[in-house]
Amino acid sequence: MSLLIRILWFCILGLVSLQSSASDIAQEREEELEILLYQDCGSCHGMRLKGGLGPALSQERMNRYTRDGLASLILLGIPGTAMPSWGGLLSEKEARWLADQLQHNNPLKR
Amino acid sequence: MTLNSIFSPLAGVIFLFLLAGCQTAPESLQGTGDLGVIVERATGSLALANTSQQQIVDQVEGLGDLSHASVKFSRDARYAFVFGRDGGLSKVDLLTGEITARILQSGNSIGGAISQDGQLVAVANYEPGGVKLFSSDNLELVADIPATWTDENGDQQRSKVVGLVDAPGNRFVYSLFDAGEIHVVDMNGATPELTRFTDVGKNPYDALIDPSGRYYIAGLFGEDGLTLLDLWHTEAGVQHILTDYGRGEERLPVYKMPHLEGWAMAGDEAWLPAVGRHEILIANKEDWALTGRIPVQGQPIFVMSRPDQHQVWVSFAHPDNDVVQVIDTETRAIVTTLSPGKAVLHMEFTPRGEHVWISARDSNRVTVYDTHTLQEVKRLESESPSGIFFTDRAHRIGL
Repeated sequence: MSLLIRILWFCILGLVSLQSSASDIAQEREEELEILLYQDCGSCHGMRLKGGLGPALSQERMNRYTRDGLASLILLGIPGTAMPSWGGLLSEKEARWLADQLQHNNPLKR
Repeated sequence: MTLNSIFSPLAGVIFLFLLAGCQTAPESLQGTGDLGVIVERATGSLALANTSQQQIVDQVEGLGDLSHASVKFSRDARYAFVFGRDGGLSKVDLLTGEITARILQSGNSIGGAISQDGQLVAVANYEPGGVKLFSSDNLELVADIPATWTDENGDQQRSKVVGLVDAPGNRFVYSLFDAGEIHVVDMNGATPELTRFTDVGKNPYDALIDPSGRYYIAGLFGEDGLTLLDLWHTEAGVQHILTDYGRGEERLPVYKMPHLEGWAMAGDEAWLPAVGRHEILIANKEDWALTGRIPVQGQPIFVMSRPDQHQVWVSFAHPDNDVVQVIDTETRAIVTTLSPGKAVLHMEFTPRGEHVWISARDSNRVTVYDTHTLQEVKRLESESPSGIFFTDRAHRIGL
């Protein structure tokens, strides 16, 4: 567990950079990811990202992370909290797409 | 025409006929026993449903952010109290489709309850953490009870409130997610009387009260097991039950918190969703020992008993949320797996259980099934439907 936290810490600091891939995500999958973000992430973070059992995901707060750090957080989850690891359902590329949305295309600015 | 002729029998009939035209025609009178509402979370609207006609009969707009919204009914089953995620509390007249009162009472809210006597509506708030009580008549504030607790550093904090239910004796019971506490508020006196139960377990995420209103059970996210408070014997404190159902195994990532509303009872047993496991847990109501585990196809969210308790219907968390499984409570066998649509969010039985309405958010539809034949009866279009609530809840404690 402590190893995981350490890995996570490195990721958040952006010291571990995920390999980026050149190919884009299919339009249909992007639509699915958008539903996932607002509906499924939304079941804890609120459909408008204003928070619930989980904290609010404002653009301002999301930009305190590097993009890859945020993507890692999504993939690994936060042990000891209710934030699960989404790595079983999402590829690294998809997690980065979600991080991009949260950092640059976010309905909740602050 | 002379003045006398007005008293002739014929004129009398005509006079009465004209008078009747000024009154409400009998056809427009309507009961509310077969009405209900469907929360349409994306549009912030409420679809008013009639379960006899199996139709959506009206739409109510302007209810704010309805993600994770829930609904309670007034004692006369005419009004729906809608608890929005954005702290909005609205009172909706089911007969006219009008919002008769609406307030924004907090920054972030999760649900509510209505008191045994029907006088008070309570709301559980995440932000700022606490419970507020309002008059069910006009939504005027009656009491504000912050959910305060002392953290490990001795600092006063406010906790998110979950699992708020009404209980017999005009009480409300709720859990503090961050604090691991259960609070009971007695509303019989001039001011709210608060009783705290501390160290009830890590991160209670939701709770239920059994149909008799005696047992309050909080599910725990931060550890295995659940916490039980016997409301007949609050002096005995809380009891941990089913503490080792995970047996220390690494649980699966929990993509959605289970719900404990609509607790399933069959005979002397309670059926509950396991957290982070593809299982339903069965506990004996006498000593709360684990008497069975039923493997299901995903992580259960709702485990709901058909009113006759012969079946339990189960919905699931993402990504296994396109089906519903039906279990026979006697044989404990899965009878069928139904596909009501994409992203099933909620199920609601008609008052006597002949039908069940199931919402499928991403298919934009509600499907009505016959619970005896397990065949689809009807499909209704609804935009991103989530919670479905029928008015028979008005007369049941905890619902």
